[in-house]
Order: sequence, then C-alpha cells, then structure tokens
Amino acid sequence: MSQDTKKEKKFTMTLPPEELMACGHLACQGCGATLAMRYMLKGLGQKTALCIPACCWAVIDGPYPYSSLDVPIYHCAFETAASTATGVKAGLEMAGDPETTVVAWAGDGGTFDIGIQALSGAAERNDDIIYVCYDNEAYMNTGIQRSSATPYGAWTTTTPVKHFKNRPKKDIVAILAAHRIPYIATASVSHPEDFVRKVKKAKAIKGTRFFHVYAPCPTGWKSRPEDSVKLARMAVQNGLFPLYEIEDGEKYTLNLKLKDKKPVEDYLRLQGRFRHLSPEAIAEIQAEIDVRWARLLKHVEA
Amino acid sequence: MKKVIMGNHALSYGAMLARSQVISAYPITPQTQVVELLSEMCADGSLDARFIKVESEHSAMASCIGASVAGARAFTATSAQGLALMHEMLHWAAGGRHPIVMGNINRAMAPGWSIWTDQNDSLSQRDTGWMQFYCSSNQEVVDTVIQGFKVAERLMIPAMVVLDAFALSHTYEVVDVPDQKLVDEFLPPFKPEIRLTPADPRAFGGLTGSDHYMELRYLLQREMEKAPALIEETGREYEKLFGRYLGLVDPYRCDDAELVFVTSGTAGFTARVAVDELRASGVRAGNLRVKVFRPFPFDRVREVLAKVKRAAVVDRNCSYGAGGIFYQEVKSALYGRPGMPPLFGYIAGLGGRDIMVDSFKEIAADAMSKDRAEQEIVWIGVKK
Amino acid sequence: MRPKKAKKIVFKSAEEMPIMICSVGDQTHNLTGAWRNIRPEIDLSKCIKCGICWKFCPEPSIDVVDEWPVVDYDYCKGCGICAEECPAKCIVMVEERR
Repeated sequence: MSQDTKKEKKFTMTLPPEELMACGHLACQGCGATLAMRYMLKGLGQKTALCIPACCWAVIDGPYPYSSLDVPIYHCAFETAASTATGVKAGLEMAGDPETTVVAWAGDGGTFDIGIQALSGAAERNDDIIYVCYDNEAYMNTGIQRSSATPYGAWTTTTPVKHFKNRPKKDIVAILAAHRIPYIATASVSHPEDFVRKVKKAKAIKGTRFFHVYAPCPTGWKSRPEDSVKLARMAVQNGLFPLYEIEDGEKYTLNLKLKDKKPVEDYLRLQGRFRHLSPEAIAEIQAEIDVRWARLLKHVEA
Repeated sequence: MKKVIMGNHALSYGAMLARSQVISAYPITPQTQVVELLSEMCADGSLDARFIKVESEHSAMASCIGASVAGARAFTATSAQGLALMHEMLHWAAGGRHPIVMGNINRAMAPGWSIWTDQNDSLSQRDTGWMQFYCSSNQEVVDTVIQGFKVAERLMIPAMVVLDAFALSHTYEVVDVPDQKLVDEFLPPFKPEIRLTPADPRAFGGLTGSDHYMELRYLLQREMEKAPALIEETGREYEKLFGRYLGLVDPYRCDDAELVFVTSGTAGFTARVAVDELRASGVRAGNLRVKVFRPFPFDRVREVLAKVKRAAVVDRNCSYGAGGIFYQEVKSALYGRPGMPPLFGYIAGLGGRDIMVDSFKEIAADAMSKDRAEQEIVWIGVKK
Repeated sequence: MRPKKAKKIVFKSAEEMPIMICSVGDQTHNLTGAWRNIRPEIDLSKCIKCGICWKFCPEPSIDVVDEWPVVDYDYCKGCGICAEECPAKCIVMVEERR
C-alpha cells in the first residue's frame, strides 16, 4: 500500500467510538479492569448508572470530588453491589426514569466472596440489573490477598509460595446459572468486539444479567503490563477462560470454538505468581482445565 | 379516620400516608407485621411503591440507600439483630446524606435469644448519624413517620422511628389516621437537589482524603444541630393541620415536682400512673418523656429539670461498664450548669421484663432517701 | 467526553461543598504521563490503521487525528500494550528521558 492510498484509508474502529472514560484515572499500567470498564460503557452508552463497591475501581475512578466516568456512580459498601443496584433501579423507576441501565460493577472479592449473598438475592428475584464481575483473581486493591476466585497454584500475599492456594477457583458462572437468570456471559478484555456485542445484547434483556469478565492485573499477577491483553487472549485460547453465554440457566452457546487448546504452561510461565509451580502442579492445572472444558462442551451440545 | 390498629400497623400507615416509593425489608419478629401490611398495600394498589423483598437487613438498607440517592422516598423497618446487621449501612445512609425513614422495634439483643423489648439495639446505633425518635403510643408512631420524612428530607439525614416490642408493636390502640390530602399538603414529594442520574453524572461517596473528609462530617453535625428547632417547627406545622404536637420532650406534672422520672418509650405511660398515685400519697412526682434521642434535646431537658428537686432516669438499656444510656446523656446535659438537680440512674425492664407502677414507686423510695446518687446504676427488679 | 485538562478542585470551606458527597468534575488535571518510564513511538509509515492500538489502550490515550493514531503523552502511562499488540510492529517502546 502506498503512502497516498494509506492517507485516504479510514482508521479502523471495531468498537463504538464514544468514550465515556476520561484520562487521568488512577489505574496501574496495563490494567485489565480499566479496559473492561471502557468496553462495557461503549456497549451500554451514557444512559447507565453504576454501583461500585470496594474494589480497584473504587480508586481508579478518582478521589472525591472527581470522577473519570461520564456516567453516574454510587460508591457502595463492599458486600452491597447487587442490593444497592437493585435499589437504584427501583428508585430511578419511581423517580420517572425507567430507561437507565443499572450496573453493579464489582471485583472478584466483592462477587465471589463478600457480595455473593446480595448477588444471589438479586438473581433469585431476577432484579432488573446487570452485574459485572471483573475478575483479577485476588484482592488486588488491598494488596493481592487470595479470594475464592484465586486459581489453584497461585501465589498471593496470603497464600505464600510455601502454602500456595491448593483449592480450585469457585465456579461463579455455574452458581449464577443455577439461579436460572435470563442471561450470563463470560467476556475477556482480549476480545472487546465479543464483549461489546454481549453487553448490547444484555442491555436489551430484562432481569438479572451477569458478566464474568477476565481482567488481568500486572501488579498482582507479577506479569509485564504489556502482556495484559496477551494473557487474557491466552486464557481464552487454552480453555482456561472460555467465552460463552448461558440463557435462562440452560442454553449454552460457545462463542469461540477451539480446535486445539493451547497448553496452559505458556500462560503460567508469563506470570510471577505461578513461578514456583512444579511440573506436577502444572499438569494438575492442565488436567483441571481439560475436565472443565469437556464439561462445558457437554453443556453446549446438550 | 379513627381506626383500632397495632403499633406495627401504625408504622405501615405512616409509611403509606408519606407515599413511600421504595420499601425494602426483611422479616424479623416483632417487626414483621409492618412490612406484611405494606406488601399488601403495594399489591392492592393502595400504595404506589416498589417493594423489594431482600435476603437480609443489610441488603434492605443498601437498597433503600440506592433508591434514595436515585430520588425516591425510601422506607424500611427492622428490629434488634436485623438492626445490628445493618449497622454498617446505617453509617452509609447518614454519611451519604440519604433521608431514609426506618421503623425499629426495640428488641433485646441475643444471646440468649429474646424477642422482647429493650433499647440496646437502637441505642447501639447512637453514633451512626441517624435521628432517633422514641414513641409511646400508636398515634405518635403514625405522626412521627410522617414528620420524620419531612425533617429528614429537609436536612438530608435519615430518621429512625423506635417503638417497644409488644408493649407497643403488638398493642392495639385507637389511632386517628390522618387524611391523605392533608398529609400531601404537609409533606410534598421528595425532590432532592442532587440525585443519581445520567443527566447529571456524578460519583457519590468516592475515596475522600483528609483534606475533605472532616468537612463532610462537620456538615453532618451542623445539619444535625439544626434538627431540634426544625423538629419543633415541623411539629407546630403538623399541629395546625392535625391538632397534635410531637416536639422533643413531653413533660407531665413537672413544674412543681420534687422528683421527676425521666423515661423514653412506653415506660412513660406507666410512669404517669405512678406519678398520679405518688402525688395522691403526698410525693410531688412528675415525668419527663424524652421523645428524641438524636439529636439529644439538651436545652429542653435542662429547661424542665432546672425546676425540679431530683430526677431519676429510668433506662431500659445498659451500656456495660458505664450505666444507663439516657442517664449518661441527661447527666452530660446537666453537668456544669448551676441549679441543676441531683440525678439518679436506674436500669429496669431489660429483655421484656415489665416495668410496673410499683417499679417507679421503688425508684421513688430510693431517690427520695438520698441526697445524691451513690452509684452509677441501681438495678430495679433484678434477682440479685 | 469532557474537555481535557480540567482544573484541580480544592474546596476552601465546607460551605462550597455540595450537600451530597459527590464529584464535581473529572481528574484530567492528573497528567498520568508522568508515571511513564518507557514511551510508545509510532512509525506512521508502517501503520496500517488497523485500530488495534486505539482499541486496547486502557487510558485511553491514543487519539485518532486525521485518521491516524496519535499518542497523548500527557496521559499515556507507558504500559506498552499498544506496542505488544500492534500487528504491523510499527510501535516501539523507547526509554523515557526527562
């Protein structure tokens, strides 16, 4: 392509151009959670209200009296993302605004651990909210402590190398599927088009919608900031974090079919939190991925 | 319209007449009838509100906070363990300046499990920044909910309407249920200056450094200091429309009294029977009912007690290691002021034990026999 | 999006503060470019305008000017995702010298 033809070529934008996130925010370099927010807002647009509990995003958005987002935010208590969002939705409706999409936006600690009761309550009632869990697999905001989303084998400040986490990650999607809510999706910051498409789809559905978003954290994973998108992509491609949707708790759709799953070892080797793992432990992780992948395929084929 | 209703239903009627828009609640004895009636009102259309049947009291208050910041009038009710579970969110509601009104049925804290009345549940929430109103009749309950919303929304500070378990919550009394049109005239729709909306996108309650946090709390206290005068002003306004005045304190035969029982909640009515009987037997007794605990009505309490010879504070609660909680407050109101009477502190009626007319007579005999309190606590009716 | 480089806000007294604890502006005064150790430099002669650098920027500090990607160095934190993901390999991270 000559420079002249290139001059005329349009810049390719595969995502909506509207930016609802301003620069100057406080995310670490290469933050996956920040990409996740950017994509979600591109999908939902400005008529959105967020409830953000204690999590990295409670800091990223900026201290009082600032906000980096062009949508309203309620900073709520750690365990109340879902219950506050339910209240905001009811309040907006009663105040004459039935349109605004209300989103509970929480990390894995706020979702898998302390917020699971409120989330389960909202899901059982099928409250009209979107709940997004951006999962960086530990309590990163407080300094990398293990959560029930921390994967087997990972180092954190409360699972030191000598006692690394020896239990598998909680299957939050299965828990939500058991509530038979209308829509569940996994999404990865490595696949923003897929993410935005799902967000738009969810926006049109009434009831509780749940997103499990894979959000690499260079600070906590001891990975290079430039590898964040790459790591997220690897997790999709090796079957660790498959992209799929579940409708009404039953209908599974796999969004990205994998001919050959890549071995998990390459992914683990890029992260300091897994540096101590023995070949046996890595084999164990690989076996767990294979079992879960087979289980997912069964659901999809059912 | 006059109706015979239980105290819990008086709360429901208050919430309905105030046109609560979002109700979020969780069942707990002895509060449950409050929300049962409200859910019926929502179901049959007599109340245009969203009822969120949450899975815990913590979520109840969180939902109320969300609804309130979005611009809706929010109501909930709870009791004891439920209130304690909400504790974190009580700070959130007051700190975030969300004018929610909540009914709390005073029930003793476990263990051992108790469903009967005492005030340790609500008084443990003293420092959360909520206004607290203690009622002693079902009429007062209805009137307090309606006035509570008005004061709360003016100050952007939440209000707790407190009533004794069973002694009031399950007692049927004749209540003059206010006319809806008049209530609408008294209490306009909730229209906060700032609310959560995409039309004015703001982040509420973000990380606040030491350069601003103290000012936020100063503002909360400054508004709280306006509350006593506002409660009285609102009470006068209400009185004009409905003929009943609420106010901060309710003195009974105090002017010439040589002994005044300071009480809160339903114990006041028992105290008044005792006052009349004591007077008949030659003791000039009186009763001061403290209706509002936060903000504490320091001036009104001092005004009344300056004229009396002795005051006996009867607490249905205990701050372990200190004493009766109202006693501590009244003492701090009188401290360092000239001409104030000696004060005596009594603890009675914990965990639903009855406070009888004879209990007050026992208190009178003790207080009249001493020049000043010899100990922080005198226990009444305890099997030592 | 709001205009960039809003001013820093410091309330001098409680009276100036809104009744609710709420934001009154963004924090674009916070020039996060100062955090950067390495800076991305785009060789536009090799750029294929695929949009990938723009898409994966977490700030977002890659602007599109006249259909070309331009790094806003006021805010770019130097994470290097753009260089890592660029399929044309036209972005290099060079050491920041101040």
